[in-house]
Amino acid sequence: MKIGVFICHCGENISRTVDCPKVAEVCRNFPGVEYSTNYKYMCSDPGQKLIKDAVLENKLDAIVVGSCSPHMHERTFRNAAISAGINPFLVEIANLREQCSWVHDDVEEATQKAIELVRMALEKVKRDKPLTKIKVNVTKRILVIGGGIAGIQAALDVANAGYEVILVEKEPSIGGHMSQLSETFPTLDCSQCILTPRMVEVYQHPKIKLFTYSEVVKVEGFIGNFKATIKKKARHIIDDRCSGCGLCMENCPIKKKAYNSFEENLAFRPAIYTPFPQAVPNIPVIDETICTHYKNGKCGMCVKVCDREAIDFDQEDTMFVADIGAIIVATGFKLYNIEKKSSGSIYKGYGEYGYGKYRDVIDGLQFERIASASGPTSGEIKRPSDGKVPKKIVFIQCVGSRDESKGISYCSKICCMYTAKHAMLYKHKVHDGEAYVFYMDIRAGGKMYEEFVRRAIEEDNVKYIRGRVSRIYEEKGKYIVKGEDTIAGMPVVVDADMVVLASAMIPHDNAPLLARTIGIPYDKYGFYNEAHPKLRPVESTTSGVFLAGACQSPRDIPDTVSMASAAASKAIILFSSDQLEREPVVAKVNEDICQGCFYCKKVCPFGAIEVKDIKDINGIVFKEVAYINQGVCKGCGTCTATCLSKSIELAGFNNEEIFAQIAAL
Amino acid sequence: MNYGYFPGCSQTSSAKEYDLSLRKVFEKLGFGLEELCDWSCCGATSAHATNHKLSNALALRNIVLAGKQGIKNMVAPCAACYNRLITSQHEISMHPERKNETEELLSEKIPADVKVINVLELFFKIGLAKISENRKRDLNGIKAACYYGCLLVRPMNINNFDDAEQPTSMEMIAEAAGATTIDWNYKLECCGAAHSIVRKDIVLNLSKKIIDDAVLNGANVIITACPMCHTNLDMRQRAMKRKYPEHLMIPVLYITELVGLAMGMNVKDLGIDLHYVNFNYDEYIAEKLIA
Repeated sequence: MKIGVFICHCGENISRTVDCPKVAEVCRNFPGVEYSTNYKYMCSDPGQKLIKDAVLENKLDAIVVGSCSPHMHERTFRNAAISAGINPFLVEIANLREQCSWVHDDVEEATQKAIELVRMALEKVKRDKPLTKIKVNVTKRILVIGGGIAGIQAALDVANAGYEVILVEKEPSIGGHMSQLSETFPTLDCSQCILTPRMVEVYQHPKIKLFTYSEVVKVEGFIGNFKATIKKKARHIIDDRCSGCGLCMENCPIKKKAYNSFEENLAFRPAIYTPFPQAVPNIPVIDETICTHYKNGKCGMCVKVCDREAIDFDQEDTMFVADIGAIIVATGFKLYNIEKKSSGSIYKGYGEYGYGKYRDVIDGLQFERIASASGPTSGEIKRPSDGKVPKKIVFIQCVGSRDESKGISYCSKICCMYTAKHAMLYKHKVHDGEAYVFYMDIRAGGKMYEEFVRRAIEEDNVKYIRGRVSRIYEEKGKYIVKGEDTIAGMPVVVDADMVVLASAMIPHDNAPLLARTIGIPYDKYGFYNEAHPKLRPVESTTSGVFLAGACQSPRDIPDTVSMASAAASKAIILFSSDQLEREPVVAKVNEDICQGCFYCKKVCPFGAIEVKDIKDINGIVFKEVAYINQGVCKGCGTCTATCLSKSIELAGFNNEEIFAQIAAL
Repeated sequence: MNYGYFPGCSQTSSAKEYDLSLRKVFEKLGFGLEELCDWSCCGATSAHATNHKLSNALALRNIVLAGKQGIKNMVAPCAACYNRLITSQHEISMHPERKNETEELLSEKIPADVKVINVLELFFKIGLAKISENRKRDLNGIKAACYYGCLLVRPMNINNFDDAEQPTSMEMIAEAAGATTIDWNYKLECCGAAHSIVRKDIVLNLSKKIIDDAVLNGANVIITACPMCHTNLDMRQRAMKRKYPEHLMIPVLYITELVGLAMGMNVKDLGIDLHYVNFNYDEYIAEKLIA
């Protein structure tokens, strides 16, 4: 075997502490090394050409590159090898930067270590076997989870590219939080006016199958070949008979037993309901927990008034399985609630703001409903407690956000903007009203955003006070807001009629559960992790699963829509070929020596290991062994390390290769 | 079971009655309080405002003594003492280098197993049922505003026995003693604390706000568990009356005095007659009850 050694200076990154020419010189004399050289930038075009020429000239079989981490340029050098006619898996990287030059000062010692690292790589490359990429088929259908603006945008983009979409939404209607908003910053255009046409488009699109009031309960398989089990919760309405006339809702005698969550609990809803009049689909659901029929079998008012016989009390949840090739997760967010939390929660709640006991201390989404023309007050700003028009409102930013003592260190990003919008909307509706905003910083990065905040301050005369609020309490019908003006260096007390809290955006309670169902990682809060914070922001680390919107981190509507379109185009790229190529670094079981203990199955983080029956000539099962699905396996090696009988081998990292590396040290 | 007792300077002077009622109540409940031998200043106020090292060393000296005396649970009835002791303990547990430094200063090893508790915690440790069982007097005429002040349930995250922003433990004790408690807004507001000496004007205003809110919400007694708070709320009321003639005088009791009253002890035994604002249960509350 003829091996080439290529030592990179990485500008001065490596050569500052490693004597690169010396490393190349010493390595030339190691057994098997045919050619050895060093160069300033091995990853550059001339550097790659140098490798290619050396391979062809010296008829090399394998190469070792001493450079940066394989995370950085393994792919680059493998491609160079391919162009020179070498199998890309006969390329080994000795990490001379992150694991050597960057962490050492002494030139002599670092040079010696670099030589050792190259020697180890040489021993491995001698034992490497050529591997070829694995090909798998692609099912060209996508599952979009979540029917807010992110899911709607992603679904429409993929569907308009000509692929089938299954859109699953857990609520009875699509629209998400955006449908609750009154107006949107920075243009103050009506949220519903821009959203509802898109909702209808989703409903009518021939390529989109919409499942509302449904949940994804199980996901199996791998990129291009997922199987998703979806639970369609019983609406107790026969979909295709219902015309959406609304008579059942009008006549339902249960009026005040349940809060309307769409109205953020500021209004009631009947037992049979759609969340809001523009719901898509415009088909109600029956809330079994409050419906009289499910208590004593009586009432049946809705059945009586429905002339299309669409009510079906006996309907049950149904499950179905869909074959899909990719998933876009767009499950959105919820707001931090200031109520007292259980001691196990990372969130602490706000005792200083009364733990939610004051009715006129509301959150941002509640204010959206109060300001919305379709809301419980028809757009008039009124206090929830007594319906009076508040003459003085205090808005408090960063409630939860950036407050580590309350459990959150991040910035929720949208609150500075929506608070300015809220204050503005209030001033537009209550001309003699006073609006105060307590803020830490104003973060208005975005097109026309800063201008928008300035408009609130300068034109609408909203009083911005930089400082935190330490306490809110009720006194004679007023809410006493005690805070600090850190610019004036003075304590401030405002006797407000209403307080609006810009609560932090946090993931849904069941976000981690869904992440585990799909098999994607999430952070300590429950936000889904992207594969790379800069270069792969819309992909999860699980191939074929993409992320859109606030389920990944707090973001506003424009960012969410961009991200959804990006996720959609990632899926479309995936669907552009009939077959997928996968890295061949996967584990394989030697069925002859596998004992069938299945410890590997327990430890596999990707669910790639299945039980396989070994049959004798008569078709009788005489042994069970582990079988690794090559499409799902990520090559992490956990099973290899766990296997008691040493019967699992990870291609490209087998025991012989690794032990030879260690022995070379 | 015996508990260690760190009185602190107030208990021997301005808060004598707190010391008296604490000892009497717990004796009667059947729990001994073992006073810490040779205790010294906890490092509050002047020490921790001027020299951080000194304030830690002062506090931890007492912990060292407790360790030597074999005390595992030590009650520090003064909120400031309590706060200083647990804060210093927390600080050395988080910063080993400060622990070493303090141990060097003291020439002693600081034990890690001395738990400092306040009076509210002590009542919870012995169990609220014990209080109800020993009730001899009906306190239902008392509408108590339980006042915690700034230090008793803080710092947040070091003190884990009650909520730092909406505490309720004192209310539970007062109710176990048979009193009615009220919901009010100023239970954690600042009374002015040590400014009592140098800036009486500030203290007068701050303390008056607390008293006014208690009265506004229907209280006829304020209950506290801090000598400093007691001083400011009780002693300053005459000055308040002079400055604001419409001021309503309201008695301020220590939580131990309230429990003592419920257990049938009389005003003199508990030292309540030492307060500036007069409180005699039978005259003050019972008489009003009839009317």
